Amino acid sequence: MRSIRFALRMLGREWRSGELGVLLLALTIAVAALTGVGFLVSRISAAVAMRATQVLAADIRVESARPIADAVFVRAASMGLSRAHATGMLSVVFDGERSELADLYAVTAGYPLRGKVLVATHLFAQGTPASAVPPPGVVWADSRLLAALGGHVGSQLSIGAATLRVGRVLISRPDQGGTFTSLVPNLLMNAADLPRTQLIQPGSRVRYSALFSGDPRQVAAFETWLRTHLRPGEQVRDIADTSPQIGGAVSRADRFLSLASLVAVLLCAAAVAMSARRYVARHLDLVALLKTLGATRRFTLRLTTLELLAVAAIASLLGASIGYLAQAWLVYALRGVLTHGTLPAASLTPVAMGLLTAVALLAGFALPPLWRLSRTPAIRVLRRDIGPPPLSVLLAFGPSAGVIAALIAWVVLDVRLFLEFTAGLAAFLALLFAAGMLLVRAAARLRGHVGVAWRYGIANLGRRRIDSVVQIVAFGVGIMALLLLGIIRNDLDGAWRGSLPADLPNYFFINIPPQSRDAFIAYLRSHGARTSRMLPMIRGRLTAIDGRPVESMRFPGRRGEHFATREQNLSWASALGPDNRIVAGRWWAPSERGAPLVSIATEFERWLGLRLGDELTFDVAGDSLTVRVASVRKVKWDSFQPNFFIVFAPGLLEKETGTYLTSAYLTPDQARALAQLARTFPSVSIFDIDDLLNDVRAVMDKAVLAVQSVFVFTLLAGLTVLLAAVQSSRDERRYEGAMLRTLGASRATVLQGVLAEFAALGALAGLLAAAGASVAAWFLTTRVLDLHYAFSPGACAIGFAGGIVLVAVSGWLATRSVVNQPPLGALRRGPG
Amino acid sequence: MVGGVLTAERLVKRVESPEGPLTIVQDVSLDIARGESMAVVGPSGAGKSTLLALLAGLDLPTGGRVLLEGHDLTALDEDGRARLRAARVGFVFQAFHLIPALTALENVMLPLELASHSGARDAALDTLRRVGLADRTGHYPRQLSGGEQQRVALARAFVTRPAVLFADEPTGNLDSTTGARIGQLLFELNADSHTTLVLVTHDQELATRCRRVLRMDAGRIV
Ligand SMILES: Nc1ncnc2c1ncn2[C@@H]1O[C@H](COP(=O)(O)OP(=O)(O)OP(=O)(O)O)[C@@H](O)[C@H]1O
Ligand SMILES: [Mg+2]
Repeated sequence: MRSIRFALRMLGREWRSGELGVLLLALTIAVAALTGVGFLVSRISAAVAMRATQVLAADIRVESARPIADAVFVRAASMGLSRAHATGMLSVVFDGERSELADLYAVTAGYPLRGKVLVATHLFAQGTPASAVPPPGVVWADSRLLAALGGHVGSQLSIGAATLRVGRVLISRPDQGGTFTSLVPNLLMNAADLPRTQLIQPGSRVRYSALFSGDPRQVAAFETWLRTHLRPGEQVRDIADTSPQIGGAVSRADRFLSLASLVAVLLCAAAVAMSARRYVARHLDLVALLKTLGATRRFTLRLTTLELLAVAAIASLLGASIGYLAQAWLVYALRGVLTHGTLPAASLTPVAMGLLTAVALLAGFALPPLWRLSRTPAIRVLRRDIGPPPLSVLLAFGPSAGVIAALIAWVVLDVRLFLEFTAGLAAFLALLFAAGMLLVRAAARLRGHVGVAWRYGIANLGRRRIDSVVQIVAFGVGIMALLLLGIIRNDLDGAWRGSLPADLPNYFFINIPPQSRDAFIAYLRSHGARTSRMLPMIRGRLTAIDGRPVESMRFPGRRGEHFATREQNLSWASALGPDNRIVAGRWWAPSERGAPLVSIATEFERWLGLRLGDELTFDVAGDSLTVRVASVRKVKWDSFQPNFFIVFAPGLLEKETGTYLTSAYLTPDQARALAQLARTFPSVSIFDIDDLLNDVRAVMDKAVLAVQSVFVFTLLAGLTVLLAAVQSSRDERRYEGAMLRTLGASRATVLQGVLAEFAALGALAGLLAAAGASVAAWFLTTRVLDLHYAFSPGACAIGFAGGIVLVAVSGWLATRSVVNQPPLGALRRGPG
Repeated sequence: MVGGVLTAERLVKRVESPEGPLTIVQDVSLDIARGESMAVVGPSGAGKSTLLALLAGLDLPTGGRVLLEGHDLTALDEDGRARLRAARVGFVFQAFHLIPALTALENVMLPLELASHSGARDAALDTLRRVGLADRTGHYPRQLSGGEQQRVALARAFVTRPAVLFADEPTGNLDSTTGARIGQLLFELNADSHTTLVLVTHDQELATRCRRVLRMDAGRIV
């Protein structure tokens, strides 16, 4: 109690004297960076999850080949969830003489619960959202169906025993499936018309779907209930099935944002460490005095810890508010970019994370110095040169290293990246320290060759070697952060936007028969479409891994189960696309034609827990085929080129009957030619992913803006480190300056000396920073972001020159007042 | 030798220095009775401050022991010695050593609060009045002159009514007039509260006001 009151009083007082400013600043920025990013990422992920639910047209759905039990609907109703039915089946649709197989989809009012049905009045036109389901007696048929039938809005279609009028052209419905499962044209109708068609007979293949949506917690509770009450044949689908393209863009942005905020936090940690050092230096006398007056060691430790905890509490509050505001502003600035829906509210978890971060930073970086501070012997009141004994290496660096490792692990959540990042960081700091040591030593050699001011400055660097090195490293890290941002910011912006150019393929064509393959390409080209590569597609099933049948195996996640049990799309290729990168093993050589080799995507590797060299057995149209995993590919799904999880070596699958797949970019004008194309190549399925693309672009834009705003935090963190470094050196110089002046040095000489010392410090720090920033930029661009890295000598020169100017000027500004002070006051206060 | 407030038995303090082991205090024994005052004088570097630190339990001797009101300081750990100091000992230093973050009143209250006394505020106000600073209680140390600061330090030292008061050159940082006044005050307070006084000083006049004068040179009593 005593200590709390006393600590608060000390806090209030030291607060007013500006003593704790840098510490507060560092902690606030760390918290703001982490919470801001945390808020943003959680909201963007929530938005992506919402986009994903649109693919289901619901938050959760149950599918079955038999009508779904009423009990399910009753339960959903009692939980306050919205509900809709959808019934799907394949049937031939007639328009006079012409007929076409179509995927009939009969829905009840309320469909879709998530996302929008897009309709138009002309074939292959831009769709507008429909406000309700088709009324009874009316159907909405898609462009391809109408093109094949030669129909239009107003045509009468015979569907089973009923005749229904085409009310609109169906451009898309949310759950038509971007995963190429539905290869037939679509028709949307009202469920009330279904009995009239008399299509549902015993033995007919019908897919019944029950759609539900509502409050996320209710949905989660309902899902739990569902899983225990499912009848055989009923299947639950939820948002875990998202489209890989959007997921890729978001996770890349997420990764980068997290790393950028991590860099900000690490910089802040450096500032906290320096502030803590300073705090200790300035409280040695206090602790010694308190002990002399009868305070126990516990009391002094509690006192200083409480004081810093109070600072942490204020910083958390401030930081979390700043983080929240930054994120809210960002979301506001980006309103409307996501084409569907609004962003869900931010969750409060990031605030807790921010608080935890502040406390962890203090615990790791300030607690060991405070521990040491509490060991200041009372005798210091009589002999000022006696300080606390040094901490053991383990105690001095253990907690901070532990906290850093924990923070990195928490942010990157990836073992390999974690190891790379920590090893890189450790090596980097060691190198920085060693280089700093060398530079200080080299500078000492210069002493004899320069004027008196410089000699004094450089002598100082050498005399306080460890302190100088710490300051060089701190300045260096601060400048490096600024440089790094300068180097990669523009690259990043460009590369990021460049990875989703406006002419990205926006149509996929599937089911192209091998014999019309060349004609098809020629047709597209003649209409001005920009085509991408053409890949074969063969259906097959994975039957065994290393000889063990997959049915008998268990897989970590639902995706694994899914991949192990469903039919897969297989392909083969001789060349590796530019949007694929080998991360393990190697791509086959031309001479390996016909060798039993397969290349898998990283997702497939992870979901099934596969390893290089595993033997996979596939059943392709009754033939059993065993191949060895020769390479693992990282696929850039957002290239929107045809890509497959599983690619065979050439010469294995050619004899199987498959079809071809390609994608192309078509302008809205060119897209009108698709009606003709559908007629010329009736078996080809067309997928319009323009909508999806626009969503991905929106997410990317959001990411770029988010990244830039996180840069601001990192920038501030870098400046804080500089500030902490200047401040820590100021205390020492205050005493020396006063002493020199007492000895008769003119103000100008003292100032020049200070200026010289800071300039030397800045030059050394700038040198280190330029080298460090280049390496870090390389690591970030190539390892984390999968982008291209270009060395930038200009930035290095700026770093070097900037370091000198920045450090010299800020050091001079900070010390100027000191030099102007009458010497007596400073001398009386003593050094430190 | 028992019966004195403060007893030292064959105190030795040895430290390691770059030139080998160095004996700063050599075989010092003394016994001080309650209410007695003793000045420690001697040339600079004689070991006066070191002896004071040993007697007050701020530092531990290499050999011998110190008894403070019957408690063997060398047998206590750091916190034990601190607690003993909180209850029985007051200090005045050459460099005042006030806490700049606290007001005069708060500085004086501090030792009482550390010893968990109730009524710290009233006692502190009372003592400040006795040193003539009743109207400066809300001032911070840097708003006070050197003499005033030392008076606050005196108030802080006496506020706990300590059994022993240690003073290391309390007038060393002050001009002679102010120093004389502080010395006067010190002895007044001492007489009032029957405190045992151990005073290290270069000030001849101050030393002669003490009942005993202990002369030190090169770590020994001479
Ligand atoms: N921990 C230590 N390490 C090394 N030398 C020490 C230590 N403590 C004291 N000394 C030395 O012992 C000698 C006595 O110091 P002390 O401070 O007791 O002298 P003093 O009599 O108080 O002198 P002054 O009148 O100048 O204050 C000095 O030479 C001092 O440098
Ligand atoms: Mg002394």
